Amino acid sequence: MEQIIANGLYLGAQYALIALGLTLIFSLMNVLNFAHGQMYVFGGFVTYTVVVQFGLPFIVGLLASAAILAILGAAIEKFLFAPVVRRSKRDESTMLLAAGIAFFLDAVILLLFGEKQRGVPKVVNGVFNWDMRIIMPYDRILIGVLAILLIVAFIGFMNYSRAGRAMRALAQDRMAAQLMGVDVSRYSMLGFALGAMLAGLVGGLLVTITGVNLGMGGPTSIKAFLMIMIGGAGVISGAIAGGFILGMMESVGLTVLREYGDITYLVIFALLMVFLSIRPNGLMGKPWG
Amino acid sequence: MTTKALLAGAFLLVLLIVVPLAIGASGREDLYYTLTSVALLSIISAGVWITFYIGRINIGQGAYALMGGYVSAILVTAYGVSFWLTLPLAGIFCAAASILIGLPILRLRGVYFAMVTLVLTEVVRLLALALPITNGAKGIVSIPQPGGISLFGVTLLPDFATLTNPRLAFYIVSVILMALCFAGLYRLKNSRIGQLCQSLQQNEELASSIGVNITYLRVLAYAISSFLGGVGGAMFAAISQSIYPSSFTVADSVNFMLNCFLGGLSYVFGPILGTFVLYFGWDVLFQTGEFQLLIFSAILIALMLLLPNGLLSLRFSSKAKGAGR
Repeated sequence: MEQIIANGLYLGAQYALIALGLTLIFSLMNVLNFAHGQMYVFGGFVTYTVVVQFGLPFIVGLLASAAILAILGAAIEKFLFAPVVRRSKRDESTMLLAAGIAFFLDAVILLLFGEKQRGVPKVVNGVFNWDMRIIMPYDRILIGVLAILLIVAFIGFMNYSRAGRAMRALAQDRMAAQLMGVDVSRYSMLGFALGAMLAGLVGGLLVTITGVNLGMGGPTSIKAFLMIMIGGAGVISGAIAGGFILGMMESVGLTVLREYGDITYLVIFALLMVFLSIRPNGLMGKPWG
Repeated sequence: MTTKALLAGAFLLVLLIVVPLAIGASGREDLYYTLTSVALLSIISAGVWITFYIGRINIGQGAYALMGGYVSAILVTAYGVSFWLTLPLAGIFCAAASILIGLPILRLRGVYFAMVTLVLTEVVRLLALALPITNGAKGIVSIPQPGGISLFGVTLLPDFATLTNPRLAFYIVSVILMALCFAGLYRLKNSRIGQLCQSLQQNEELASSIGVNITYLRVLAYAISSFLGGVGGAMFAAISQSIYPSSFTVADSVNFMLNCFLGGLSYVFGPILGTFVLYFGWDVLFQTGEFQLLIFSAILIALMLLLPNGLLSLRFSSKAKGAGR
């Protein structure tokens, strides 16, 4: 039992971080970022390249992932999303653009890094063993703690910094924020960069444990969508709750449903359908439209 | 109206007579398969278009295509039902399933609905993997070719297995299905129900307050959409004579949506054009090898930047400008 909870917390911390980036982009731009999973994979590959091919320490790789993805995110917002949002007749057009970007990033990853599964050697060795009740390798604990620290830092940034306040105002009411003198286009770009950076950071963290490969992008996006559906789209607390709930369900499901075969996600999806018919906007989401 | 009907008829004649003659003359038999795929994919995309028409973004069409394919494949292989009977049955099965699923999820809007339908695609794939009747990851293979239909001793449709060129037969059947589908769609759009659906797209609360039964309408539209998805999927299973859980995945669902977007959401025939451009563009770019996806997605992004309202908006916008002057 303790083991399941520990696994769930570890998974949940990762997931919450992915969902945070997605929900940030959604709340600022009303854009469902299909390319989020690809950004995560990209971050993983950047860390791999820096750590394994250049032989630099892991923390440098992580910082490189964060920096490169932030720049990428800012560029995507400035040159692709902003013009389309301005000119298109319907909000949904951004979805096509996001899907196009997802394909594009897939192609770029394929050309730059190849299709092989890549991993980074363990950052710390050894296994934590508490009386055979919780067994967890130290590197997983480190990654989990780092993820939680990042979440705390993100919340702090959003709550107490000037830029964070501006972005929250933007998410609440774009027009009002603009009237109050918030530079909308600048903070939209910053928010997108921040969301992309979070995806890249998780990629960099997880490459040490699960490794990355080209095919992980799509499924990661789907998981991230699941989380923000559980928690409610566009709400930071919802993304964190959704991430931890999904992590916990996955952890419990893999243990409890093991004898029935690989049906954990089927059960999660079915539960989600029932849940959404009771609370269409998730736990904490605001209604759409 | 009559000129439009004439145009559509001429287009159909070209597809049914000129194209096979041209292919026969040039010897490019592989084009039959490509064109058949375009016809079927545009039927499936037409379903997505209907859900767009009521103001919902549907990324779950792959789920119904897969479902339809499996229904038809299981009925043909396990129960020996004639394929031509399973085609509507697959559609009806999908429509029924979509009513059950649609009742709760159609209450969602915008991005929430889009995400739920995306997840639905994944659910159906996992179901196909988990259920015993679908034969798991191995799928259902060597489905027999569609048999013939004869009425009072007159052969209406020959047995496909005895044909020398089943590809041509599949092509003709698919084009006819496509023509039926889009004729129906055109009729639907310009009917009373179509007008009401448009009111849903603009403002559901307002429509409801005037007395439009919005729950009934959106479930109806979703059921029609899924019906088309199921029929298209069943036809695909028959052509490839196999169906696997990975036959229709999330990527396909996204592509169906892209087909509609690309063609333009305000035009009934948008899905045909969008599918044609996307499918052929992808095929043509095959020669560029490893850069195929890169170029393809770059063109997609560029199109979105230049024509955010779809390909068909080109013609209409220039006409509108002319009228303004």
